[in-house]
Amino acid sequence: MSPLLTWALLFAVGCLTLATIFALVRLMVGPRAEDRVLAFDCLYVNSMLIIVTLGLLYRSSSYFEAALLIALFGFVSSSAMAKFLLRGEIIE
Amino acid sequence: MNTATPPWADVVTAVLVVAGGLAALIGSFGLLRGKTFFQRVHPPSLVATGATWGLTLATAIQSSVVTARPYVHAFLIPVFIALTAPITTVLLTRAALFRARRRGATDVPPPPGGPPPPTPQ
Repeated sequence: MSPLLTWALLFAVGCLTLATIFALVRLMVGPRAEDRVLAFDCLYVNSMLIIVTLGLLYRSSSYFEAALLIALFGFVSSSAMAKFLLRGEIIE
Repeated sequence: MNTATPPWADVVTAVLVVAGGLAALIGSFGLLRGKTFFQRVHPPSLVATGATWGLTLATAIQSSVVTARPYVHAFLIPVFIALTAPITTVLLTRAALFRARRRGATDVPPPPGGPPPPTPQ
C-alpha cells in the first residue's frame, strides 16, 4: 500500500473519530429525548464507517460483515426508539 | 506483503476516503451546532449519503484492484443505509413534532384540522 493511501486512511479515521466524539457530545447534552435518539443514529453510522475504513486499512474482508450487522441492528434500535417516542408513552 | 496496486487506484481511493471522512466530520459538526431539533435533523443525512458512499466506493475500487475481480457486495451497506435512514428520520421528526405539540410549544405548526391535543398533566 502506498504511503499516500495509508495517510489518507489515517486522516479519514481521525475525521471519523472526531465525528463520533461530536455525536457523543450531542448524545450527552441533547436537551430532549429525540435529540439523543438522533445523536445515537449519527453515532452508529460513524462507528460503522470507522470499521469500513479499518477494513480497508488492514486489507481484511471480515470487517465488512461486522459493519453490515452494525447497520442492521442500529436501524432496528433507533427506529424502535423513535416509534416509542411517537406513541407518547414516556412518563414525563 | 507487497501487493502492487496501480497508482491511479491509490489516488482515486485516497481522494474518495478523504472526501468521505470530511463529509462525516461536517455532518456531525452540523449535528452538534444546530440550534433547534428541526435544524439538527438535516446534517446527519450527509453522513448517511456522502460519507457512506465515498468510503464504500473506495473499498470497492481497492478490493477490485487487489483481487482482480469485481467486488460488488460492498454496496450492500450504502443501499441498506439509503433504504433505512429516511424511515428513521421521518419517524423521529414526527415524534418530535408530536411531543412539541403535546408540550404546548408555539414554534411548531398546529395540527391540520381539529383542536390541539390537550397538555398532559
